[in-house]
Amino acid sequence: MSNIPEKFRYATSHEWISIDGGTGTVGISDHAQHELSDVVYVDLPKVGAKIAAGAVVAVVESVKAASDIYSPVSGEVVEVNTALVKNPELVNKDPYGAAWLFRLKLSDPAEIDALKDAAAYTAQIGD
Amino acid sequence: MTVIDPATLKKTALFAAHQKLGARLVDFGGWNMPVQYTGIMEEHKAVREAAGVFDISHMGEFFVSGAGAKVFLNGLLTNDVSKLSEGQGQYTLMLNEDAGGVIDDLIIYRLLEDSYFLVVNASKIDEDRAWIENELENPEGAGVIFSDRSSLYSAVALQGPKALQIARALLGASWPEPKRNEITAYSWNCQEILAARTGYTGEDGIELFFANEIAENFFFALLGAGKPFGLKPCGLGARDTLRLEACLPLNGNDLSDKRTPLEAGLGFFVSLTKDAAFPGKEVLQRQKSEGVKEKLVAFRLKEQGPPPRPHYALFQGAERIGEVTSGAPSPTLGYGIGLAYVRADQAQSGTTLDLEVRGNRVPVEVVKKPFYKRAI
Repeated sequence: MSNIPEKFRYATSHEWISIDGGTGTVGISDHAQHELSDVVYVDLPKVGAKIAAGAVVAVVESVKAASDIYSPVSGEVVEVNTALVKNPELVNKDPYGAAWLFRLKLSDPAEIDALKDAAAYTAQIGD
Repeated sequence: MTVIDPATLKKTALFAAHQKLGARLVDFGGWNMPVQYTGIMEEHKAVREAAGVFDISHMGEFFVSGAGAKVFLNGLLTNDVSKLSEGQGQYTLMLNEDAGGVIDDLIIYRLLEDSYFLVVNASKIDEDRAWIENELENPEGAGVIFSDRSSLYSAVALQGPKALQIARALLGASWPEPKRNEITAYSWNCQEILAARTGYTGEDGIELFFANEIAENFFFALLGAGKPFGLKPCGLGARDTLRLEACLPLNGNDLSDKRTPLEAGLGFFVSLTKDAAFPGKEVLQRQKSEGVKEKLVAFRLKEQGPPPRPHYALFQGAERIGEVTSGAPSPTLGYGIGLAYVRADQAQSGTTLDLEVRGNRVPVEVVKKPFYKRAI
């Protein structure tokens, strides 16, 4: 059974976002890290990149395959988690904490409303 | 993620066993197979350090017998079948006529004087059978009996430095242990077990073939016998990283109907000197005298970076000179490794090339095969 914190919102494509004022922090869900298993490499976006909701923004690679990570909302990347470059396995160990992927300044905070809450995401993955 | 209705997938006789063991089951060439039980890294390590057992029941089991079997098979396969004594096996290939391209790579065992056992790739069972049945129409096929018993047989690969100890623990002291590339028959609970000293991991080990009826009992008995030795059930994920480290080619990735065994570096398994004219022989003879234009090479990332994946392009400067056919992070070595067809003048080990990953260039180095070789 996956851990799905109440405090986040979730994209259907398994990213979580935590909102603090006009900034969002994005990572992948516990369910997603479990499905990927053994993360060995993370490709992060560039700070300053402007991304649209639903666009590919990062890549997480497991032993088996490379998986695209989509931005749940639109905005400008203001910070990336460079710790993941050296320690990609953090994605498996602490997906909601140390393994956040990037932060972005939201260009349209209303987009948050279109994302799932914990209950809806739980229902989606059938946990 | 593509969602395939698992109900349409084929299942091996060990399917329920995989579910009981909590395996993650995926579509593998139309088969619902375990990709992992606890994790690819962990399972890979178990095989390198102790032992792992893989369900390979999806693979095909063909039998060819009759007084003309040897001559027929020598005219079908690239390796020299006449070199096999009873109880011996060899890696060999079946090629198409026009391109000398690979239809399938397989292991052929000579069970008795006129009786041969062929183990073929799961995804190629139907194509191989059709090809062989077609070849049987030739005069060499007269009196040769062919049967595809793939659906009746289950198989597991027991691999790793502890594999033989585990087999002895389960089968007892009177089990006739096969030597490298040999196959022996034995009885377990009144059922025949064929055991071949072959594998697809780069480790010592055996592959065991038996009737579907005993598959689950045998599998759990094997896991029980292997527990004190650190035996783990392993999925296709670890099987792929293990075989890649050992540079064992995967048909469909590293081999195809457009690539010859000479380009793939498998010339050792092609007898151009035998009399038999197997399909593709002329193309290969020509290719051998002219030299191959592209070669399958092993390469590694020179620094930490994204693992190579199939279809990534390789460059020498601005020029595209090759394409990756297999790639993964190597669990044993800790860096990205791959196999790729590259232009022959770039195939020398020590050559530095650029791997294109999502628009970026990553330096890689052509290295000698294999990446991993067990200590003997």
